[in-house]
Amino acid sequence: MSGKHTAQQAGAEAGSGLHISRRAFLTTGAAIGGGLLLTLRFVGKASADDALIGAYIKIAPDGIVTLTAKNPEIGQGMKTTLPMLIADELEVEWENVRVEQAMLDPIYGAQFAGGSLGTPLNWLPMQRVGAAGREMLISAAASTWGVPRTQCEASRGVVRHRPSGRTLTYGALASKAAALAAPDLDSVRLKRPEQYTIIGKFTGGVDSPRVLEGAPLFGIDTMLPGMSYAVYEKSPVFGSRAVRANIEQIKALPGIRDAFILHATERDAAVRMGLVDGVAIIADKWWDAQKALQKLRVEWEPRSVTQQSTPAFEREAARLAGDAPQSIIRRDGDFHAAIGHAAKVVEASYSYPFLAHATLEPMNCTAHVKHDGSVEIWAPTQNPGPGAKLVARTLGIDAGRIRVHMTRVGGGFGRRLNNDYMVEAAMIARHAGRPVKLLWSRPQDIQHDSYRPAGFHHFKAGLDASGRPVAFRDHFITFGQNGQVASSAGLPRDHFPAGYVPSLEFAQSLIELDMPTGPMRNPGGNALAFAFESFIDELAHAGGRDPLELRLELYGPPRVLPAPPPQFGMKIPPFDTGRARGVLELVADKSGWARRSALPAGMGMGLAFYYSHFGYVAEVVKASVNRDGTPHVHKIWAAVDIGRQIINPAGAYNQAQGAILDGLGQALHLNITVQDGRVVQSNLNTYRLLRIDEAPPLEVHFLRSDNDPTGLGEPALPPVLPALCNALFIATGKRIRSLPIDPRLLRST
Amino acid sequence: MRFSILVNGKRRTLEEDADTPLLWVLRDDLHLVGTKFGCGIAACGACTVHLNGVPARACVTPISAVGDAPIVTIEGIGESEWGRKVKAAWLELDVMQCGYCQAGQVMAATALLAKNPRPTDQDIDEAMRGNICRCCTYTRIRAAIKRAAGLPTADTREERA
Repeated sequence: MSGKHTAQQAGAEAGSGLHISRRAFLTTGAAIGGGLLLTLRFVGKASADDALIGAYIKIAPDGIVTLTAKNPEIGQGMKTTLPMLIADELEVEWENVRVEQAMLDPIYGAQFAGGSLGTPLNWLPMQRVGAAGREMLISAAASTWGVPRTQCEASRGVVRHRPSGRTLTYGALASKAAALAAPDLDSVRLKRPEQYTIIGKFTGGVDSPRVLEGAPLFGIDTMLPGMSYAVYEKSPVFGSRAVRANIEQIKALPGIRDAFILHATERDAAVRMGLVDGVAIIADKWWDAQKALQKLRVEWEPRSVTQQSTPAFEREAARLAGDAPQSIIRRDGDFHAAIGHAAKVVEASYSYPFLAHATLEPMNCTAHVKHDGSVEIWAPTQNPGPGAKLVARTLGIDAGRIRVHMTRVGGGFGRRLNNDYMVEAAMIARHAGRPVKLLWSRPQDIQHDSYRPAGFHHFKAGLDASGRPVAFRDHFITFGQNGQVASSAGLPRDHFPAGYVPSLEFAQSLIELDMPTGPMRNPGGNALAFAFESFIDELAHAGGRDPLELRLELYGPPRVLPAPPPQFGMKIPPFDTGRARGVLELVADKSGWARRSALPAGMGMGLAFYYSHFGYVAEVVKASVNRDGTPHVHKIWAAVDIGRQIINPAGAYNQAQGAILDGLGQALHLNITVQDGRVVQSNLNTYRLLRIDEAPPLEVHFLRSDNDPTGLGEPALPPVLPALCNALFIATGKRIRSLPIDPRLLRST
Repeated sequence: MRFSILVNGKRRTLEEDADTPLLWVLRDDLHLVGTKFGCGIAACGACTVHLNGVPARACVTPISAVGDAPIVTIEGIGESEWGRKVKAAWLELDVMQCGYCQAGQVMAATALLAKNPRPTDQDIDEAMRGNICRCCTYTRIRAAIKRAAGLPTADTREERA
């Protein structure tokens, strides 16, 4: 079971402050202007106080239904998916639905986009809200007519009395329904899948038409009366103190309103991805502030004397690999005894680099600190709750005095689970005494990220005479901060093949790191899958086994493993080996895996499987190599099991395709290196995101196993990296053990 | 300096430094924010507009270089036949995820089809490779261009390889 813990880690980072809720119920009220307002309340586990978690449904007298999307929209489609769940059970037509983005408000509970948790956390609550609304509208109609409610049914925004054929529209019933008591949410009747009218239908994104009109939806588009623009320059060497700067010279430049140094306190600096020292420049136009940066001279004082670099990390990793591990993550059986008896021993070392998120919308935030000390913020963030807390803590105010508007987000990928740009905007706006839009340049964005950690794996495994692994060891050299594993730099103790090889050891050593790390789309999995699933492929070939057959043998017969303890207020689905087998067999079937030996020389197929964020994904890549050694990917097949119901096929296929290509880009190009304590890459010419001419044909197949639906923002990403490298091994006989792929290693000599 | 430019058919007169990129004139002075900032060095295509009907990167086009060339942005592209078709195909196929790059993608795709109404896959690659989609919606971008052109949308590149 690969990345289960990584999903939990991401969720935990994303959902701090998440309510663990036991029971939810509805309250009703009249909407402004008449009509029905349905509000969901949760009864918290920790206290008897019930917490209002938000108004989800408004039905106006004209029948227009306004549904609230509680979570941020980062391109994962939740602003469309969550209202679809409500609307289907409510029995309204999607054409009559309007969707409003919620503000950050404790009454909505946790509001975040992370851990692929939007679907599993909200699938049932949102349906129940809609179903409760439907039942109330039916009751209102039945009492109007004086008939039993069992004789009434709702469809397309109309309640109909079956025996008489009389009808009343939701718009006409809404005010009456608003006076009724809401039904118990836990016992409200939900539709059977064959009754769905919206769930499962290809549904376009609710904001898409307005995006193509150029409407001001994104954080960067925020425009307020009297607003100024700001840039904030930080030291390229992480964590440096700003000693002095040519502030007076900057202030004298055209269009500049103000310039000043912001000093982070020791308390601020102790917060990961909080406020750090920098120079703020405020101007009437962003371009003037940006131009002034070229004239800015700052004296920086590094906090530590060590100047980190990628070559130094590599030397330290090699040194640590020769030493005894610093700690043991997991130990099953007796690895050393088992390796001594193995028929064959295989050893290999793998590594991968730091990565930046490079969301296409650079970090930005607009803030207004008002005269009464209250704060209003417009933020493209995945995680507004912790952002507001960070602002409160840094400004020394109560979090209740901060209002956060969740704008549409031009890409998240985990970068915006952190809110450093939010606290910077608030601090600059407080100093300015007027609304300020802070916008980072692309170099600032790439050089001040929370990076996907690099890592080094030293594998050793023993095979028995049949080619089955009987001993497995990984000495994982990763990064730490103050002796603790850095954010998203851990190896989960249940990572495959743990539990499937009798004698196994996961060991770990840490390199101390000064730069910030953090979750990136499929944290852990985006790196670990490459190392582990490539090495498993090596073991298959060393043992003379078909990589598919070896995986099927290791997972064994279909069975459900014990369920992990509940987390995020939900039951964590147990790992099901049958679902792993299912997607492996499906992708083999669709890709023609069994006929791969008929491929021409120089072309190969590679396979990989990864379980993460409750999703089971197997992928096959067909690849060859161009004359210059660059990989040529001919096609990628994916088989995905995220449960019985694809809520919105429009979003689901898009997420899977995008995640696969995202992973492909990581394998081919992406690399953040460090020199003299600073990130070398500075823009999208040197940090090379995938382009359309590198995007091969894709085939995505969903396996509809009978399980509750889970999320799809992340699970399809990891397998493509090892599947590609495994294909290149067949094509060339050369094994890629370090990312990004170096074409020089693949060039035919 | 005073500049007079033609944006989406409207004459606009502005006081700007000569080196101000067209992107910031559009966004911060004319409040046409559909054109996006991604990199500032013409590496990503998020700021693509049409100058004289040709795709241009507004982030590296100084206002002083625009002259009399008519400018069309995402706010105005729907006025043209190809712009209308491309936007309709984009919505029909639900191309976008985060959507941040998509104004630039639509501008690049519209310019391609206006010049070449039946593009091959290679034509699409060449016309669109300057426009990064960080969400990697390339499968649907390719299909939507074909849909707008009235061509079959199935990806047949592998069979022909």
